[in-house]
Amino acid sequence: MTQSRRQFLKSSGALIISFSAAPWNALSAQDQGQFGTHPSHIDPGKLDSWLAVGSDGVATAYTGKCDFGQGIFTAQSQLVAEELCVPLARVKLIQCDTSITPDQGTTSGSQSTPTNFNSQSLALAAATAREALLNLAAKKLVEPAEQLTVANGVITGKTGRAVKYEELIGNRHFNLSLSPTAKRRSVAAWTVLGKPVPSLDRPALMTGQFEFVHNIRVPGMLHGRVVRPPEMGATLAHVDDQSVRNVRGLVKVVVRKDFVGVVAETQYAAAVAACQLAVQWNPGPELPPQQNFFDYLQKQPSRDVLGVDSGDVDAQLSSVGSVIRAKYTYPYQMHGSVGTSCAVADVKADSATVWSATQSAYPTRSIIAKLLNMPLDKIRVIFVRGSGCYGLNGADAVSFDAAILSQAVGKPVRLQFSRQDEMMWENLGAACVVEHRARLTKDGIAAWDREDWVASRGSRPGYNQPGNVITGMLLGYDPEPIEPRSAKAPAGKLRNGSNIVPSYFAGCVGGSCQGDGTIRSERALTHSVRSPFFTGPLRSPLRIQNTFANECFMDELCKLAKADPVAFRLQHLKNSRVIGVLKAAASASNWQARPSPRTDTSRAQTVTGRGIACVAYEGDNGYAALVAEVEVDLQTGTVRPKRFVAALDCGPISNPDGLRNQTEGGILQGMSRALVEEVIWDKKRITSVDWETYSSLYLDYEMPAVETVFVTPTDVPATGAGETAITLVPAVIGNAIFDATGVRLRDLPFTPARVKAALVEVEHRA
Amino acid sequence: MQEITLKVNGKRHVLKIDPETPLLFVLNDELGLCGPRFGCGMAQCGACTVIMRGQVVRSCVMPVSAVGQDEVTTLEGLGTLEQPHPIQQAFIEEGAAQCGFCLSGVILTAKATLDANPDASDQEIRDALGGVLCRCFVHSRMLRAIRKYAETRRA
Ligand code: FES
Ligand code: FES
Repeated sequence: MTQSRRQFLKSSGALIISFSAAPWNALSAQDQGQFGTHPSHIDPGKLDSWLAVGSDGVATAYTGKCDFGQGIFTAQSQLVAEELCVPLARVKLIQCDTSITPDQGTTSGSQSTPTNFNSQSLALAAATAREALLNLAAKKLVEPAEQLTVANGVITGKTGRAVKYEELIGNRHFNLSLSPTAKRRSVAAWTVLGKPVPSLDRPALMTGQFEFVHNIRVPGMLHGRVVRPPEMGATLAHVDDQSVRNVRGLVKVVVRKDFVGVVAETQYAAAVAACQLAVQWNPGPELPPQQNFFDYLQKQPSRDVLGVDSGDVDAQLSSVGSVIRAKYTYPYQMHGSVGTSCAVADVKADSATVWSATQSAYPTRSIIAKLLNMPLDKIRVIFVRGSGCYGLNGADAVSFDAAILSQAVGKPVRLQFSRQDEMMWENLGAACVVEHRARLTKDGIAAWDREDWVASRGSRPGYNQPGNVITGMLLGYDPEPIEPRSAKAPAGKLRNGSNIVPSYFAGCVGGSCQGDGTIRSERALTHSVRSPFFTGPLRSPLRIQNTFANECFMDELCKLAKADPVAFRLQHLKNSRVIGVLKAAASASNWQARPSPRTDTSRAQTVTGRGIACVAYEGDNGYAALVAEVEVDLQTGTVRPKRFVAALDCGPISNPDGLRNQTEGGILQGMSRALVEEVIWDKKRITSVDWETYSSLYLDYEMPAVETVFVTPTDVPATGAGETAITLVPAVIGNAIFDATGVRLRDLPFTPARVKAALVEVEHRA
Repeated sequence: MQEITLKVNGKRHVLKIDPETPLLFVLNDELGLCGPRFGCGMAQCGACTVIMRGQVVRSCVMPVSAVGQDEVTTLEGLGTLEQPHPIQQAFIEEGAAQCGFCLSGVILTAKATLDANPDASDQEIRDALGGVLCRCFVHSRMLRAIRKYAETRRA
């Protein structure tokens, strides 16, 4: 793995890749690039930045969107095979390497498919290449390009003469720009894309051959461990080097401001030294108590943003009709990767290479340059897959830590976090409280006001915010500040990236109503509040929190209207794609129209119920509806989901098997989050630091059946899909519990104790 | 430092090593094996699972000196890329992975359970997997793959 770029390119069959002559810093003065990121030295406008055909006919493609187990490696390989008309086996995909792949920012937010599978980037590059090859063949065969056919990397003329790609371009540059008019192959003609191609990594994974970033070994490599503070906000007072003098194999104790780590010859020696090192810390401030954290959150100064505001909700909510209110809370949750985060850094005097599982190779390079005080172009970040991350786990922080340790010892260092390092300091999924008020008339929902408070601190470090994660903070950088300010009137077009605006709102901004629903008296306001803990994107970030509150409250309105939850939703929807998935989920689950809660339950110990919810993910990045059937044990309060039925519309599907796998995994992960997951803390620190203090559903849990149906309108672009179904899970389980028991639970997770307490309370009131 | 002889996946290795070193670190760092992986280091997740004497062992908490004469089998000790073991084949066919980090725990625990009791029921298999964690939540596909293997094994 330490091969030079030249060797790397040789082995990747793409000797011919080169970079535009302008040095990166000549470009950096320009505005942001087309990916909303900084332009890099690999010009994304040039075909050669994306694709190369070798003399052996192998097509090497370079992508800035990488695979952590979500299947995008296979899907992108299919995409290239499809557009270029070569067999899948002849595509070689290189992911996220700052020396050779284009800068596509971060692989996140369900953006890989919309970015690379529609009419730009990788898809456009492959289409441009096919068109260019046809033109070259037309010249060679002396026939018009229109009458040539292409298959398996061979172009054949009417006369029957044929020429292979490698004969036309093998090992040479295209020297072309991406052609915005290059035609994508039509969905109807697909032979590789759209097929359930088994994920290409499977044989290596199942036989233990797959190399994770954890398996990178570099000659002369040492092992590191970090020694984190014992509590939030603690600062370093003193490190006693003598305390580890007897640890055999110890190389160095590394201290930089509040950052402490050890480097040793073996992992074991590093672990022992990290445990044994005597460090004194100055205590941090006391944390807000967990018992009334949400009240605390609502009282803090905040940065406010209005999604929509028709200006009349207050008046509407004080006029006649039934007004109801409800408050929902969502706890901090963890990414909790099975493998703790790991990176290998080889920092030399004048250059550095870092093997990292980051979702953000280029931004990570920028931060490392800053932390090492080294020019950007001397640093190479190579993505190597880690344990599934589900968002910003410790992958970025561990890459920074490894680089600092390696620089301190002048040797390559491998660093893997302990379980506690990982959990105590990760960027948690945000805690959030949502308040709703709405007025119902005989014609439906007349007005709806919703307001949320989100705990936020840090997030992705991006290109220049090291303080957004723990390492940066220890080195003296602050997280991106949250300047308190009141909300401006919404302007421009409706933005609903965090799904604060429920699907039933008309979504009128600046005179144009781009929401998915019909409610015109509407307000959606969000308050960002400084969190005592680091936060960051966790699968369906804020979308799952907001959708839990929005879709459960919609069910409360259905109840008030004594209406069937599907029919009442349909009455307030206008977006045909949301309507499409809602109807599809209802029909696939054999939904019986009736109001909730059910009234036919016997006084048995176990009752059952069903719930439904729908969402336009991020406003327009995938549509999903989900039905849950659950069983509730009235004695113990235990909730057991029995069946989920999902309907998804994500436009043309690149790989149905991959999508099913993502949907099933997402739903079950959502179930774990809805039923058991919650970060716990005391006065000083997060106390969820391992799998006994943070709950997850293990493999012995009897999983419900998951059925998935796809709804695919014609002529729509491809959207994200890996986060849509999970977004709905807490809401549908909450709605199903209500249907079964008549009890509305508004606080996640739905633990047996919490469910039981709510059941008892209702019984007492009755 | 102590000289220790280890039998792993049919091969003998003689190592000079601190006898307290967890077996997992030896497998990863001295023998270059990728199958067993560090997940928690405290016997809570199963990512480091290996088989010894037909039993699953969490190699993250076993000092290498405690291995003794017993042969250690890791995930790569079952089958090869070209010729996967039938349980690995079943996982390949069912597509029972996402990131795959957890697979040593899942596959080896299921195999050891079915080796000991070929007629294990779904419930018994699930019980055996009680301490194994998969955060990608591929549970259903994994159970399907295990059932498939159990059936081919019986046939
Ligand atoms: S790493 Fe051994 S059980 Fe988790
Ligand atoms: S497949 Fe990712 S943890 Fe199991």
